[in-house]
Amino acid sequence: MSSNTVAPSNRGTGVFGRAVAPPTIAPLVVLVVFCAIFSVSTHTFLAAGNLSLVIQQSVIVGTLAIGQTIIILTAGIDLANGAIAVLGTIVAGRLVNDGNNAALCLLFAIVLCTCVGVIAGLLVSRLRLPPFIVTLGLLGIVTAATRLIAQGGAFPVTDDLLGWTGNSFIVGGTGVTYGMIIMFGLYALVWYLLTQTAWGRHVYAIGNNRVAARLVGIPVENRLLSVYTFAAVLYGIAAWLALGRIPNADPNALQSANLDSITAVVIGGTSLFGGRGSIWGTLVGTLIVSVLRNGLTLCGIDPLWQDLVTGILVISAVAVDQISRGRQR
Amino acid sequence: MHSVVRLLLLAAFAGAAITAHAADAPKDQILVGLITKTEVNPYFIKLRQAAAAEAEKQGAKLIARFGKFDGDNEGQVAAIEDMISAGVKGILITPNNSTGVLGAVKKARDKGILVIALDTATDPQDAVDATLATDNFEAGVLQGEYARKALGSKTPKLAMLDGTPGGSVDKQRHDGFLKGFGIKEGDPAIVGKQITHGALDEGQTAMENLLTAHPDINVVYTINEPAAEGAYAAIKKAGKLKDIVLTSIDGGRLGVQYVKDGKIAATVMQFPKIMATKGVDYVVDFAKDGKKPTGFINTGAQLITDKPFEGLPSKDTKFGVENCWG
Repeated sequence: MSSNTVAPSNRGTGVFGRAVAPPTIAPLVVLVVFCAIFSVSTHTFLAAGNLSLVIQQSVIVGTLAIGQTIIILTAGIDLANGAIAVLGTIVAGRLVNDGNNAALCLLFAIVLCTCVGVIAGLLVSRLRLPPFIVTLGLLGIVTAATRLIAQGGAFPVTDDLLGWTGNSFIVGGTGVTYGMIIMFGLYALVWYLLTQTAWGRHVYAIGNNRVAARLVGIPVENRLLSVYTFAAVLYGIAAWLALGRIPNADPNALQSANLDSITAVVIGGTSLFGGRGSIWGTLVGTLIVSVLRNGLTLCGIDPLWQDLVTGILVISAVAVDQISRGRQR
Repeated sequence: MHSVVRLLLLAAFAGAAITAHAADAPKDQILVGLITKTEVNPYFIKLRQAAAAEAEKQGAKLIARFGKFDGDNEGQVAAIEDMISAGVKGILITPNNSTGVLGAVKKARDKGILVIALDTATDPQDAVDATLATDNFEAGVLQGEYARKALGSKTPKLAMLDGTPGGSVDKQRHDGFLKGFGIKEGDPAIVGKQITHGALDEGQTAMENLLTAHPDINVVYTINEPAAEGAYAAIKKAGKLKDIVLTSIDGGRLGVQYVKDGKIAATVMQFPKIMATKGVDYVVDFAKDGKKPTGFINTGAQLITDKPFEGLPSKDTKFGVENCWG
């Protein structure tokens, strides 16, 4: 597996180096082990319908996590991704309910989300403000703006186009939603961009060593701006996926999605310090969290165990990353 | 392979724990699903515990889930879906969002699962098979009527500590209080409104801010007892205990104690234990012989105070202590 395009010096010597070189293996092993455990403990987990369900439940956070991944790869972080997606659902929903053309409403909402991303990108790249602070501030601003627009509570959004991502077709005895296809498609697209294009190489380089990247001639400011902007486009698409899953625009939604997306990225093996990680790891990380929640419910076990195990996994993943980094020097 | 081994060991450990736990359930045991709003509000914790106790009594198994925060709709939708997969015979739910949960509820009912709304109705109400709840409007009316009588002839300066915007229970209690109090929305007697999400810390902050803005507040409506507890702390700190009539709804042990101690003038008791136990019983009956409950089943609202007024029936805190939940 050569999807990790960090420079060759990443491969450390000895057992540690070899073990950690393909960062996606360990999370994949964990996912497979969990699936095996739940398949054995219950007769309901391995049903095609249930597996489809787990993926459907992963679609929104999974898409938000794609944006989170590319931002974290540049050694940044995004606390506002859930709020931006919710803004998208409220704006699209309100405009459509007022009688406007659905496609235009959706496009407008995605563009609006993208604008927020541009603002974040400019603050991070031009003003050199820390991404944590920038996105924390935007979280508050966007959340407040969304509630002001929504004026009170959630409202149903029953438009066909906006809800289209929730429609499904039958494959192999179970439903596959268009939202799932879109999510997988986006993962494949971003994999391509990250591993097969210069842009992707630059993203990794910036996260690995920003100063060196600049010295080598990479336009760091432009790349950072493009990363936050592209991520925000993905958040806009996540808004569309959210409306497909639940045809309801809810200002209270996705409140913990920012932390959930960070959890997925970290468990998937991407380093919080930037420069290393695979987008597929994020997908595995997202699925691990969903499988855990679903499986524990099927076993009838207190869902608080889910938080406990997730927390342990996050710490373990970061510890593994730290140890392997130490081996490199 | 050290790191991979470590992760494997962790996963295996978790797996062993899970398998050991899950191996207990016999194949034909009736599975009952319960989804509460959050674990933050003791009301819902008690509801869950009562349901678990009743399930055990009936020989059924309760699968309990809850939202991450008051208003968390996705978490509840995911919980319904997971429970359908698990093969529950019935789902008891206190919906965080009375419309957002409809799609998942329909999926469950289409699969032949009995769905009962507890405590909070869906919108429309008949989207579920039956609703077991307090008539929250009636509860609000009782609170409002008491507040008006307790105020006597003073010009009312009313502060309203509301719950979560968009919540149906929140709206019903709010509107009921106004009706019982005898005023309409927008009346100048309402000097301030704040959102508390039914939580203690937010209730305290809200009351502090309202008192700073309007020191002449003399009557307070609160959405539930955690919010009232917060309001009480703020009122005490401001030294205005004698000047303010504080009312609430819930009927928890702490709330009744507060009425006994004179901290809250009156509270309206709900009966979540009845909701939980009746709900579990309905599901078990449905699983055994297909009997379905229908409509709105009122589990009752009872005004509790030690300072009763003419023409407004109430019970004292002795009754309250004996019948409170929690």
